[in-house]
Amino acid sequence: MQTYRLPKIPTVDQVQVESRAAAFTTRSIKKGAKKAALELAIRMMDLTTLEGMDTEGKVQMMCNKAMQPMIGRPCPSVAAVCVYPTLVGVAKRALVGSDVKVAAVATAFPSGQSFLPIRLEEIRQTVAEGADEIDMVISRGAFLAGEYARIYDEVAASKQACGPAHLKVILETGELGTYDQVRKASQIAMDAGADFIKTSTGKVSEAATLPVTLVMFEAVRDFFFQTGKRIGIKPAGGIRKAKQAWQYLVMVKETLGDDWLTPDLFRLGASSLLNDVLMQLQRLETGNYQSSLYFSED
Amino acid sequence: MTQTQKKKSTDTTQKKSPETATAPNVEQTNGSESSVSPKTQAKSANPPPTARFTSSAPNDHRLVGGGRTDSGRLMVHKTYKMWVGGKFIRSEQGRVLGLHNAEGDLVTHYVRASRKDLRDAVSAARSAQTPWATRSAFNRGQILFRAAEMIDARRESLIARLQEHANLSAAEAAQEVDAAADRMFWYAGWTDKYIQVLSSVNPVASSFFNFTLPEPTGVVAIFAPTNAPLLGLVSLIAPVILSGNTCVVLVENNAPTLAIELSEILATSDFPGGVVNILTGLRDELLPHAAGHMDINAIASCGGNEAQDRAIQIAACESVKRVHFFEQPQTLDAWCSERQQSLYSILPFVEWKTAWHPIGV
Repeated sequence: MQTYRLPKIPTVDQVQVESRAAAFTTRSIKKGAKKAALELAIRMMDLTTLEGMDTEGKVQMMCNKAMQPMIGRPCPSVAAVCVYPTLVGVAKRALVGSDVKVAAVATAFPSGQSFLPIRLEEIRQTVAEGADEIDMVISRGAFLAGEYARIYDEVAASKQACGPAHLKVILETGELGTYDQVRKASQIAMDAGADFIKTSTGKVSEAATLPVTLVMFEAVRDFFFQTGKRIGIKPAGGIRKAKQAWQYLVMVKETLGDDWLTPDLFRLGASSLLNDVLMQLQRLETGNYQSSLYFSED
Repeated sequence: MTQTQKKKSTDTTQKKSPETATAPNVEQTNGSESSVSPKTQAKSANPPPTARFTSSAPNDHRLVGGGRTDSGRLMVHKTYKMWVGGKFIRSEQGRVLGLHNAEGDLVTHYVRASRKDLRDAVSAARSAQTPWATRSAFNRGQILFRAAEMIDARRESLIARLQEHANLSAAEAAQEVDAAADRMFWYAGWTDKYIQVLSSVNPVASSFFNFTLPEPTGVVAIFAPTNAPLLGLVSLIAPVILSGNTCVVLVENNAPTLAIELSEILATSDFPGGVVNILTGLRDELLPHAAGHMDINAIASCGGNEAQDRAIQIAACESVKRVHFFEQPQTLDAWCSERQQSLYSILPFVEWKTAWHPIGV
């Protein structure tokens, strides 16, 4: 078996990336465009609960909300729910008859610090439970030590273990240090067969940011030009406000184009974002600023 | 005192231009123009020359007392900002209004809040509310006492500011400042007493121990009085926050700068950020957004006209807000009167909780 070699990839200009990302926050999105953006954001959302204290009841409630985010007005359902492997069965049963997919974090989430056979077995069992999508983490330790071939092999093996399920590869950009490292990690994951690349676990304080996601967008765009394959992207962690959501959508449109403005190729991983989006939609409808007291927490 | 003398002497040295002298009312006309957003203005064919400044007499760039002091130092002019979430901020829109003295000269600029500033202030007040209400009543009292202390400590500068910005005489200014300190002090004492006085144990015809006690309502929007820029503000804020409410205050009066002076006092009195949020601006502009805001639980209003009070009542229906209108005293003496401080000013901003506790089981 041939050892993987990282292809030549361009370096990232930190100053330019940050100023370009900052420019996306200055777009004025109003009225009809805002409503469309908010509804699209809901359709692209991976509604997430990843707590040690998650119970079956909580996951059931979240699934109900995923299917019908708001009562009393037409509202699209979210793209997927994202849970721990043991709760996949619960979510699957709760979502019967809906289009909402079940994503699960596998491979010793969030650290990835476990033995490869165990991690692969975790993926297989999770898929057997009914998960449609697997969110795996890369071994950041190995990546930072420069063992790129090992990362490639692990992702490729995970992809194989997934079978029909989609594979999202979490880079945990907050632990990679530089934009160049993010770009490298994106390239390795895409080469190894990832369907999606995802920014963060949400368990590290520095989660998804616009600049880091922009670097990943550019990696995806260049990969598309070279191979013709469209890879999806999922920023996750720290996206709590509707305003942030449409800033990401603006960035998708202006970097990757309309092709990527679909839940098949872009997702937003979030737990508290949904309520803020619903509050904004309600505000557009009624003209009044809303209170979180009127929106269910789980 | 010294500041007043200084101001007078600079006034005489500075020649008043004819434009300034004849244009004390320019504020009104420009005020209506700028209700259009700055962006729209920029696009229009002939944008007003001073689109971002709502009050722009031709010579507004020449501040009263501008230039140098008597001793030749460059004047250090104060920038009046707003106080939101414990931070002193400008409006997100960057708009300001001008404060003019009796002669129509520009004294200073202050911020004109936008509805987004209001929204930000409400979310700051909301997140500060539970921690504030769960502090011990004694601790809230200490903080209010501290505020009274700080008003006293800044007595001289407040008196000077009231003279310069609100055109009060030295004696009137001193009366207002002292009354403000006294009022804050008076309400501070109520934090750990109002519950005992207002609560009740109720006789019921079954084996229950039944009692009723007040709890804070939540986030209160306060439309500040249009006169008594310092005392009026204290008289409305203190009874609202002492029970554990947080507030967003909108100030439109003859000297909104005093509200910012007061916020500097509160900021150094151990108030957690967001308990009191002070916005300066136009009541008519922000009133519908505040009254309709679902996250505001009550409104206290003073000095509004009939149309404004009516608009509050209509818009407040949607979220079933508590609305209370305070009658505005017309003279300083009336404001200073003890009749303006009352336990019953706390009442409109509490909710009553009744508990049924089984006995003899």
